[in-house]
Amino acid sequence: MTAELRLSRSELWQPNRNKNKLVENTVKAITAAFAFVSVIATFGIVLTLIVETIHFFGVVSPLRFISETRWTPLFSSAQFGIIVLISATLRTAGIAILVALPLGLLSAICLSEYAGVRVRKILKPLLEILAGIPTVVFGYFALTLVTPQLLQPLIPGLSGLNALSAGLVLGLAIMPLVTSLSEDAIYAVPRSLRDGAYALGATKRETIIAVVLPAALSGIVSSLILAVSRAIGETMIVTLAAGQTPNLGIDPTVAVLTMTAYIVQIFKGDAPAGSIAYLSAYAVGMTLFVMTLLLNIFSFWFVRRFREKYE
Amino acid sequence: MDSNTPLPNGTSEVVLRAKKLNVYYGSNRAVRDVDLDISENTVVAFIGPSGCGKSTVLRCFNRMNDLIAAARVEGSITFRDDDIYAPNVDAVELRSRIGMVFQRPNPFPKSIYENIAFGARINGYKGNMDELVEQSLRKAALWDEVKDKLKQSGLALSGGQQQRLCIARAIAISPEVILMDEPCSALDPISTLKVEELIQELKQQYTIIIVTHNMQQASRVSDHTAFYNAEATEKGNKIGYLVEYDRTEVIFQNPAQQKTQEYISGRFG
Repeated sequence: MTAELRLSRSELWQPNRNKNKLVENTVKAITAAFAFVSVIATFGIVLTLIVETIHFFGVVSPLRFISETRWTPLFSSAQFGIIVLISATLRTAGIAILVALPLGLLSAICLSEYAGVRVRKILKPLLEILAGIPTVVFGYFALTLVTPQLLQPLIPGLSGLNALSAGLVLGLAIMPLVTSLSEDAIYAVPRSLRDGAYALGATKRETIIAVVLPAALSGIVSSLILAVSRAIGETMIVTLAAGQTPNLGIDPTVAVLTMTAYIVQIFKGDAPAGSIAYLSAYAVGMTLFVMTLLLNIFSFWFVRRFREKYE
Repeated sequence: MDSNTPLPNGTSEVVLRAKKLNVYYGSNRAVRDVDLDISENTVVAFIGPSGCGKSTVLRCFNRMNDLIAAARVEGSITFRDDDIYAPNVDAVELRSRIGMVFQRPNPFPKSIYENIAFGARINGYKGNMDELVEQSLRKAALWDEVKDKLKQSGLALSGGQQQRLCIARAIAISPEVILMDEPCSALDPISTLKVEELIQELKQQYTIIIVTHNMQQASRVSDHTAFYNAEATEKGNKIGYLVEYDRTEVIFQNPAQQKTQEYISGRFG
């Protein structure tokens, strides 16, 4: 076939097929190399974490890590109960989700179902601005405004550094993420499903609650899980506003030391390099990594299990 | 002459009556001057080439066009002598009395049972839900195929079964009229046949308006047929209008309009 084609053409047609092939392959190699950078980076980070964590567990047994109830790596009688830091992280992240889920989901519903074009035009960029504010700004917003002006008048005796304020502001910081991902999920629900509900005499509210939200559930849950991972890994807000005091329990009104804040504390220079306290930061980092990894796996499984396929 | 008088009918009551119906999308007129009477317990087919406004007219009868912000309806449609576009009429209530089945099956991502119970529940049905679900599925000729898997998702059914589920869902709320917008266009021939048989059954109890691209289907299932056509405007848009409306055998064997004759003999469309 190609031979015949060539015969039918004149000398004016001389494509350089070999050069084309070379260029194609070069482009392919370049893109592959760049794509590979992220793979190498991931492996490098995980490898460092694993190696240093193994060092740490060479000195402190994993049993102590999970069973001790105090976190005092710099004391002479050091204790490494990770539960102390986890309880702090769960407090800030838990409060954050309690704020971000209703706020985020309701604004997503408002934007996608109720808001007119004009309201949307104003609200969406505002949300994007909120999402673009550096978390360190949120951090001193929590520390200098929310805690003293808002919370302390309401809750007498609230410590200047506390999990509550950090959690509330953290929730505000991750709310745009929940909104934007939930809105995408709600938007992806086919129009035909809504029409089906309206045609049965459903009101808008009934349509949203009984048809649209269940159909968007997998997307909403995965946005929520992503927000939880973000809340767990967030550093600046909790470092600035939640404090540096290891504190086991569920009380959100006291200063706490989250996992991320502890890592900051160590690498800021509180512990000499190579010391056991220094190594402990890697073990904490590893714990964080495993937690978010499990969340991601769960989210992946959930989305695959519950996503409805529409034509 | 292309305007038309409503089909004269002395035997049964008029359920729906469109008068001087015009539909606009934004500033474009999509349908002009449709006059049409739909009699009780008949099957009326809307046929015509693409863009002739037959679906648009259909969607006026249960005010689904309200959901499209740019759509505007002029003229009047009366449902048992009440103007359905009157300010005091609630479109939500209207839609519970005039059901609709869509072009593509659109079961909710819920169980088969819930697909049917949903409409009943939001319309305040206080009777025995299990019975209603069974009755509706029986009427839609789907019961035997799904009675052992009512808890399964409606989306797990085949396309033809999904469409009959959607019909069951529409019947479950006891509407007086069922609008069907090309209900078989996404179905295979065997499923199509089942739906057509079903339409014949349902005619005993309901008034049915069916939009179809398939002229054989119109001639098989309908008592009356309305033929719509489209004409291009100077702006390049298409305006649909009703060419001829009569008993189905008249439309297919002895149409009054030349356009109708040309369309049913396959010369355009």
